[in-house]
Amino acid sequence: MFGWFQRKRSKDKLKERLKLVLSYDRAKLTPGRMEDLKAELLEVIAKYFPAEDSAYDVRVEQQGERMVLIANLPLEN
Amino acid sequence: MNAKAIVVTSGKGGVGKTTTTANVGAALAKQGEKVAVIDTDVGLRNLDVVMGLEGRVVYDLIDVFEGSCKLKQALIRDKRVENLHLIAASQTKDKSALSEARMQETVRMLLEDEGFDRVIIDSPAGIESGFQTAASAAEGALVVVNPEVSSVRDADRIIGLLEAREVTEVRLIVNRLRPNMVERGDMLEVDDVLEILGIKLIGIVPEDEKILVSTNLGSPASLDEDNQAGEAFRSIAKRIRGEDVPYPSLGEDKGGLFGGLRRLFGGGR
Repeated sequence: MFGWFQRKRSKDKLKERLKLVLSYDRAKLTPGRMEDLKAELLEVIAKYFPAEDSAYDVRVEQQGERMVLIANLPLEN
Repeated sequence: MNAKAIVVTSGKGGVGKTTTTANVGAALAKQGEKVAVIDTDVGLRNLDVVMGLEGRVVYDLIDVFEGSCKLKQALIRDKRVENLHLIAASQTKDKSALSEARMQETVRMLLEDEGFDRVIIDSPAGIESGFQTAASAAEGALVVVNPEVSSVRDADRIIGLLEAREVTEVRLIVNRLRPNMVERGDMLEVDDVLEILGIKLIGIVPEDEKILVSTNLGSPASLDEDNQAGEAFRSIAKRIRGEDVPYPSLGEDKGGLFGGLRRLFGGGR
């Protein structure tokens, strides 16, 4: 396990974590609220489409100047 | 930078705001500007000791605000550099004595009546009244960041607050960079920090033991020819004055280490 950490440079991990936490900070959203949002979104979507709830992904992301909410909800075949 | 009043800030404590203020202030004065550095960390003043001027403090910033002395009386002349003056923070009064209006008036008087070319304002850590007061009089900002998680996060918050205050020229100083750790991939590179924070760079200061030594002696390292950090602070002063100073490669490895940086600033070979 430690070998794995050594191969993956710690700064790459840090950069990933910083980007994520700053996207929440900038959107003035907590990770907990995001989980609530995900659950509610899925509930709504499920009324219309049978969605696969293990595969969905909802996050905020910086795109240039603006923050965007990205929801990726794969539908069941 | 066009800004004559510049706040030095970071959000997080202990990243090098006061050291930066002292060194950049001293370098600007050495380069010929008439400079006032102001400590706004009321109750926890330190710029006086870092500059070796603690024995000369009679009046402080709060005395000026309260009218118990004239502005001129609170200006402490530096021992080594002509044209460099300090206004100390009060060590005994509390933060309620701070006032944005008085701060703005004091800075205006320094620039317009006392003939200063540049006022560098050392902000306290945090995002509360001390920071707000310091930022209220500034047109530009030097955001000091260390390449580590909490400092970068706090810097991001500070940058947002500066933008909200319409401080227009916001520049980044990456302080305490350790080239050998960057090389190993265990410290963020300057490029990474710039990508995350999205503001313009004005300086990279390597971790340097000489900074602690010069602080022990109360003499800013930028006045000393023989050290990397001092050189970095002198370059920052030149860039503030509008000079285009290239970024040197730091550390032993002169090859690939800062290749990304050189690429960024168009000096790539």
